[in-house]
Amino acid sequence: MSTAPVVETKRLSRRFGEVAAVDDVSFSVEAGEIFGLIGPNGAGKSTLIKILTSLLPPSSGSATVAGFDVANAPKQVRKHIGYVPHTPSSDRELTGYENLLLSARLYLIPRHEREHRIEEALVMMSLRDARHRMVRDYSGGMLRRLEIAQSTLHRPTVLLMDEPTVGLDPGGRRTLWQHVRELNRTLGTTIVMTTNDMDEAEALCHRVAVLQTGKLRAVGATADLKAIFAPSGSLEDVYETITAGGSPRA
Amino acid sequence: MTERSATGPSGTTVETARDFATHMFAVADAELRKLAHDPWEVLSRAIQPVLWLVLFGEVMAQVRGFAAEGQRYLDFLVPGILAQSVVFVSIFNGIAAIWERDLGVLHRYMISPAPRSALVLGKALSSSVRALTQAIVVYICATMLDVQLSFSLLHIGVVVLLIVLGAGLFSTLSLIIACIVRRRERFMAICQVLAMPIFFASNAIYSIGLMPAWLKAIASANPLTYEVDGLRAMMLANGASTFGLGVDFLALTIAFSVAVIVATRLYPRLTR
Ligand SMILES: Nc1ncnc2c1ncn2[C@@H]1O[C@H](COP(=O)(O)OP(=O)(O)O)[C@@H](O)[C@H]1O
Ligand SMILES: [Mg+2]
Repeated sequence: MSTAPVVETKRLSRRFGEVAAVDDVSFSVEAGEIFGLIGPNGAGKSTLIKILTSLLPPSSGSATVAGFDVANAPKQVRKHIGYVPHTPSSDRELTGYENLLLSARLYLIPRHEREHRIEEALVMMSLRDARHRMVRDYSGGMLRRLEIAQSTLHRPTVLLMDEPTVGLDPGGRRTLWQHVRELNRTLGTTIVMTTNDMDEAEALCHRVAVLQTGKLRAVGATADLKAIFAPSGSLEDVYETITAGGSPRA
Repeated sequence: MTERSATGPSGTTVETARDFATHMFAVADAELRKLAHDPWEVLSRAIQPVLWLVLFGEVMAQVRGFAAEGQRYLDFLVPGILAQSVVFVSIFNGIAAIWERDLGVLHRYMISPAPRSALVLGKALSSSVRALTQAIVVYICATMLDVQLSFSLLHIGVVVLLIVLGAGLFSTLSLIIACIVRRRERFMAICQVLAMPIFFASNAIYSIGLMPAWLKAIASANPLTYEVDGLRAMMLANGASTFGLGVDFLALTIAFSVAVIVATRLYPRLTR
């Protein structure tokens, strides 16, 4: 295995008119990590993820994903990633199975492997019994799991997820965490996800980057950040200390 | 890694074409499955051409001079009404694109490695199938109204090609408009403004020979005119083309190709 980072940004920026949604951000993610992008609404998390998907071009700086530059090799990038966008992207007017079939074809999974892969994904995401139901009748948690199943059918190197548990009840959230961990463990999929929920970052992420108004405020292992910024508290405190512009508490 | 690059040589022309077809059919198949889950939407659209034929066609049949020499007006009208309903079902493609963007479904397509042109053509193909359902209704209705249709296999085959091409063209134009205006209300407004002139500045309901020179010029630049001209030659038992089928197909093919190139550039911007 090579030791090159799976995701790497260098002085990455994206402006929308006057607003610098992402402002001079550099970080890297190693293979096999679950990496969290945390920060309040408007911090630039979704914009950053969208740049990594190649759907949104950067204004300046660069980003590589699975070794490919998002601006110069967008098609290669798209082959190697899965993306769970903020708004669920499964088609509600199709069944779960039909959605997976669509993804299998879009990713050119060979015909003789399609059914097997779809079955595997359905089992892994606990959706097998619901596969022939219309997606509009799925619960929020099922919908997110279908999204992940569709996004990982082609075994991407990196799975990018934008607030994957937003709107789920605590039970649904925990179930989804388990599925994400399992995916990371059994397939070795590197995961980059955004969240503004500190519990989630703490429960799931090996490392996190804290964003605020487009700027990277801190990056490190969740445990390290806690030790430095809020020895007695939770990640929530870390986050508050950092975004309040404070320095590490002694 | 995708399996394909791991096995066998990649990048051959045959392989590229096969992958392109897979992408295109994936998109079209998803659309058609939705149609199968809920056929009412497309069936209800068939009411409009039927009303045109039964109400407008029967009344206007009393008026002489709209059609070409020696032709019954209702016969003359049938291909025009079919072409009109091809345009109407095609408009759906643009509104669906905005709808899919709002719902988030468009991301699923844009994030995949499928070439954008394959996505555009897949959507166009599904519009063609929708348009063919309208053709079936118009053929049934016209037969009941005693219109002298041609049922020669060759003629029907050419009609199918014309509808596939026409629906592909108008659905892709609809997609282009959607990509430019981006919002549902604006899209609806633009289509309402455009639909009338496209229909009336064409040979759909009266012969191009009756038009003043300025309108004739507009009608000659209107792709719907060539769609109708081809349909008129192929659908009717005693049909004839004004421009020649070759010209009709050439005009439609050029317009379609340009539309696909433009839509391929604009479509991805819808998700930004
Ligand atoms: N398409 C856009 N056009 C204009 N401004 C945008 C656009 N997308 C995001 N922004 C702005 O960029 C900033 C970051 O937004 P976003 O990345 O969505 O933050 P987050 O996901 O962390 O809540 C916000 O100020 C937002 O208003
Ligand atoms: Mg966001």
